Parts: sequence; structure tokens; C-alpha cells
Amino acid sequence: MDKYSVFSARLVEQTEYMASGHRACQGCAEVLALRLVLKALGRDTIVAMSTGCMEIISSPLPLTSWNIPWIHNAFENSSAVVSGCESGMKAMMRKGKLAPKKINFVAMGGDGATADIGMGPLSGALERGHDMIYVCYDNEAYMNTGIQRSSSTPYGASTTTSPAGKASIGQQTRKKNMPQIAVAHNVPYVATACPSFPFDLMEKVKRAAEIPGPAYLHILSVCPTGWRIPPDEAIRYGRLAVDTCMFPLYEVVDGKYRLTYRPNPVLPLKEYLSGQGRYRHLTEKDHEKIESMMKSDYEKIVKLSDEV
Amino acid sequence: MGSGRKGVEVSIAMADAVAQADVDVIAAYPITPQTHIVEHLADIVADGELDAEFVPVDSEHSAMSVCCGSAAVGARTFTSTSSQGLALMSEIFFITAAMRLPVVMALANRSLSSPLSIWNDHSDVMMVRDAGWIHIFIENGQEAYDAIFNSFRIAEDPDVMLPVAVNMDGFILTHMIEPVEYVDNELVKKYIPEFKMKNALHPDCPISMGCFGMPEIYTETQMNREVGVVNSYPVIIKAWEEWGQLTGRHYHPVETYLSDDAEYCIVTMGSFGETAMEVADMLREEGEKVGVVKIRLWRPFPLDEFRKAVLGKKGLIVIDRAISFGGPGGPVASEVRSALYNKKGAPVVVNYVAGLAGRDVSRKDFRNIILEGKKKAESGDTEGFTLYGVRG
Ligand SMILES: Cc1ncc(C[n+]2csc(CCOP(=O)(O)OP(=O)(O)O)c2C)c(N)n1
Ligand code: SF4
Ligand SMILES: [Mg+2]
Repeated sequence: MDKYSVFSARLVEQTEYMASGHRACQGCAEVLALRLVLKALGRDTIVAMSTGCMEIISSPLPLTSWNIPWIHNAFENSSAVVSGCESGMKAMMRKGKLAPKKINFVAMGGDGATADIGMGPLSGALERGHDMIYVCYDNEAYMNTGIQRSSSTPYGASTTTSPAGKASIGQQTRKKNMPQIAVAHNVPYVATACPSFPFDLMEKVKRAAEIPGPAYLHILSVCPTGWRIPPDEAIRYGRLAVDTCMFPLYEVVDGKYRLTYRPNPVLPLKEYLSGQGRYRHLTEKDHEKIESMMKSDYEKIVKLSDEV
Repeated sequence: MGSGRKGVEVSIAMADAVAQADVDVIAAYPITPQTHIVEHLADIVADGELDAEFVPVDSEHSAMSVCCGSAAVGARTFTSTSSQGLALMSEIFFITAAMRLPVVMALANRSLSSPLSIWNDHSDVMMVRDAGWIHIFIENGQEAYDAIFNSFRIAEDPDVMLPVAVNMDGFILTHMIEPVEYVDNELVKKYIPEFKMKNALHPDCPISMGCFGMPEIYTETQMNREVGVVNSYPVIIKAWEEWGQLTGRHYHPVETYLSDDAEYCIVTMGSFGETAMEVADMLREEGEKVGVVKIRLWRPFPLDEFRKAVLGKKGLIVIDRAISFGGPGGPVASEVRSALYNKKGAPVVVNYVAGLAGRDVSRKDFRNIILEGKKKAESGDTEGFTLYGVRG
């Protein structure tokens, strides 16, 4: 964790912007990620959120878990909604209709909202250059609607619309590489994170907030319900994803890649795959195939990081 | 821009009105026949004549989403679309009203695909009839210009807080050059002062917008919407009254022409109204006692005014510019029939659908429709609708 400001658990913001009492499943690491993101952002933040688990669990009328201004509109458009918030406030502040203030404009969505249905609006918002942060909580399926596959579901995972069966391994396609799609928009900041590495995550959120222009954060968010693991294992599986190199932690500042964490030692992929119900049907051979895909993906990132 | 009378394309006049209204955000995606409005606004912003964010979005769906975000922080917000654009944004169009976000839209009415057609009818707006927006229909360039100010005034009223669509016939109106009397900016400022939203998103006031509703509360949220739309009515009337006092141009939810002593009235919405009035003059000379009833306010539907205008007549000939496939008639006729059902002195209603996708409806056609419609009314042939001029 070199190059980082020193973090210790005690120095972390005490205020909770996401109140307890929400309706997330036990052990949900997606809501943990959300909580950490908000702690790093602080109070001067406006969040636009896509439909999905985090929206449903936090806002049953007439209750809300949100201690910051929050807007939900639809499934695919949080990036466009936040573009509107940012544009509106920018114009009003410039015209003297509103007192000037630095505000974090943050859009949030699941992997389905981001990599599938909301891809167009997200691409538009990144390209237009709004001063905003987009946070994707990637739990690798549409969990809110009952664990259906998304384009971010990894190869081999069994979901309710990519079920493993005699004629199918489960998800037959490779995980869409959202962070690199974001990088291709030439935005100043892109990073991956995982709440099992909370300081790394919060550091990246802060950096995203500081840098003017659009930033994209892709957060692996372990979902015990959908991954079919015990609720008390969510943090461990997040660590395993990173320590097996399945989910590398890196950031891309102005196009320059940097791994923010290099697992040492790298753990065998089997440890990550074998305990999860969604991968239960996989054979040794399948593991090998996934490992070779994973290696080639990881090596690309290492190469890009080593270039600098 | 300057006040005074100008010969100007209706789209340009509308865009000028939006600039005079000092909007903060414009988010729109190009589609014929709306394009001239947003292109002109882009020019105005690029020339520094209007200090606003012009957000060149990736789609109409995003256009309306940006408008929602912008209105939610309390910024004055404008958009414009047509046809397929409206269909694509329809998901968010409904949400805008449900979240009580006072966006103003210029809706250049155009037919829906397929077959693809860029010409005018009302099938696009009828698709979103029940979204909870306020809908105003206009007939000419002056009304287009005026309606922008009226709409911001109505939308942003704290007792209303609803989006407003100004409906105008694509090409037939949008692309016409007409004389338009511009007002001065001082008058505009007086009529629509700076928008100060009570519950805008702001870190100093951490509210949640767009929460999720379980069955125990959903019905109440819809009642709230219904009450909101119905209660906008007196505000709309007042907004028009004040505009009348300031400019001498008076608008009403239902407008009539030669209808006082008429036995039969043509009912229209939009630019058909102007032709209908000319034809009424013609028919009067021939001794036919016909008049015209024009619906300007489509939502909230002006039930009382409409009834007042038509009860006691022998018959109404309602001309629709959209079909409800397999339904009992065009959308306007269905509304009219249900407004009159069980009412004493209710005229019989004959329905024509005409002018789909810009098919020209000439004065001669109007005359045919009225005379044939009258015969139908007299003979009791009043079921369903007739698709005027259809071949084969
Ligand atoms: C236009 C539209 N299509 C489908 C849905 C149904 N839907 C709601 S949430 C959701 C899945 C959300 O998945 P993701 O974005 O990955 O978030 P998660 O629940 O996994 O956190 C779906 C399919 C919807 N609300 N709107
Ligand atoms: S389904 Fe998964 S992501 Fe959704 S609340 Fe439960 S654990 Fe969290
Ligand atoms: Mg998901």
C-alpha cells in the first residue's frame, strides 16, 4: 500500500451516511462497499442511483437509509440523471442562483445497470466530461431480480438465466471488461476496488472525487446470496478474488495503469472457485480453462502497469 | 432578441422564448421535426446570449433523464422531442411526472413508426396521455411562443410542480414562418421569476427522491399524482389570465368559434383549428349552422368548460389525428364521448380520424367531413370512427 496516505481503522470517518436498518441480506458486501464509498465521499455529495439491490434495500417508502441527498429514477439512467444534477448546479452556481460549493456528483449502479442496460447513458456521460464519479457495484449478476446473468457474470458461473446443465457450463461468455471500456473514453481516472480492501477502496474514492472530470470506479461486491456462499465468508471471498488475481486492484490515472496491490503469494485459483455454489458444477478441466483466461487478463494489466 | 413583431419560423420563436425564460439546462437529442428548436438553442448558448448548460445527450432516454436530474436540483429545464424520441424516452417521461419535476417540453407531434414517417399526427402524444403531464395544444406561432412562458409559470408553481408539454403539429407549425409578437425580458422576469424549488437536492437538505413503493403505499402515491394534476387547473387558468393582462393575448382551456348558435360543432385539437374556422365561415355562408370547439388543454381535461361549450348542440364531429387500434374511436372522441355520457342535452358524437402522418386535409376535405358527419349524426350512424380518405 505504498504511495497511500496512512489509514488506520480509527481514523476512518465515523459518520454513517448509509444508516443501519436497511434490508440487505446478511453478509452483503455490496452494501458494505456502498457504506465505505459514502464515508470516503463525505456529506457534500449527491447520489443518483440505478434500480437494483442497493436501491431497493435502502428506500422503501416512507423510509430511507440515506443521510445525503439521493435520487433514484430508473434502472439504466443514473449516469444521465447525475449529469443533469451536475449541469443544473453548475449553471445555477455560475449564474449566481446558488451559492458556490464543491459537491461530489456520484452515479451508482450494479453490473447490470452498468455493463448492460445503462451502457449507452454511461458512455455518453463519460464522453461529455461531466465532473462526476460513476461507481459500479459488480456482484456479477442481476441479484435484485433473482440472480440472472449479466455481461459481467464470469465464464462458468451458474445463474438463473445461465444455468449449468448437461449441455451448458453455465455462463458461456467472458466477463465484459468494464474498467477498460471506461479507460477507452479517455477519462482522467478509472480504478477497481473491493471492500475486502477497505483502505484501498476509500483512497480511490477520494482520488476520484478530487480529480476534476469523470471518474469510473469498478467495485467487486461479493453477494453471498447470489454466489451461494455463507454470509460470513463475503470478506474472505473478496480477498480471494484479489489474491488469486481473478480481480486485480489497479487504477488508471490519465491513461497510466498502476496495480495498487500485487498479491504475494498469489493463491491458487481453486481456493476461490471451489467454495462457491455458483461454480460447484465445474470440473478440474473447467478450472484450468478459467485459470488460463484469468492469467491472460491479469498479465495484460501487469504489462500495462509495468510500462510506466 | 428584443421585443416587437417579427416574421420568424415557429421553431425559432419557441427557442427564443426558452432563452428569454433564462433556462439553466437544455438536454435534447435531434429528431425531425423538432431539430430547429434545439439547434437554435445550441446557437444561442454558443453565442453567449443565454447562460445555460446545453447537454448534447446520447439519446432521448438520456435527455429526459438529464432533465430529471437537473430539475431535481432546482434548475430551470427544457427539452424537446418528437415521435420515436418520445417513445424511447417514455419510460422516463412517466417518472418525470411521478417525481413532480417541472420540466418543460416542446413536443413537435409526429407519427409513430412503422412505416417510418417524419410527418405530423398525434400518435406520439397519445401514447403518453396517461403519464401525468400537463398537455397544452397550440395552433400558431404566437401561441407557440407564448406557451413556453405559460408552461414554465405553470410547471414551477409550488402548488403544481408538474412537467408541461407544449404540443404543436410537426412541420405544419414548427417549420412555418409566421408573425410573432415578442415580449420584452422585463415582462418575462415579472411573469416567471427565478425558480426557487422547495425540496431540491442539496447537501444542506439530504432528502431521498424516487423511493420504492410497496403495495401498502403505492395507491396513495398515485392519488397524490391525480390530485396534483387536477389541482393544476386553477393555476393554469390564472397563468393564462395574467398573461392576457400583460400581453392582451388571452387563452382558455376550450375555445369556441361561431358556436353559440351552432347546431353542429367540429371538435379539433392543434393546427386543424385554424382550417376548421375557415370552413365554418364557408359553411355559414351556405346556411349551415356550424361552429368550432377547440381543445387547448388536453390534460387536465377541461370537463366543465367542454360541457359548457357543447351541451345542447345537436351533434359534434370530432376530428382525431391518431387511431386507437381496435378501440371505440380516436383518443379525442373517446374522451368527448365519456365527458358527455349520461349528461342532459348531450349531442351525438361522430368521429373521423384524418390527417395521419401529414396527409393533407384541405378545406374541401373539412367541408366533406362536416357535411357527411352531419348526415351520420342525423341518421344515428354514430358508432366507432371513420378513417377519412382511406383508399382500397
Ligand atoms: C427497464 C428495466 N428493465 C428491467 C428491470 C428489472 N430490474 C430491476 S433491477 C434489475 C437487475 C439489477 O442488477 P444489477 O444492476 O447488477 O444490480 P444488483 O441488483 O445486482 O445490485 C433488473 C433486471 C427494470 N427495473 N427496468
Ligand atoms: S442479493 Fe446479494 S447484493 Fe443483493 S442485498 Fe443480498 S447479498 Fe446484497
Ligand atoms: Mg449485479
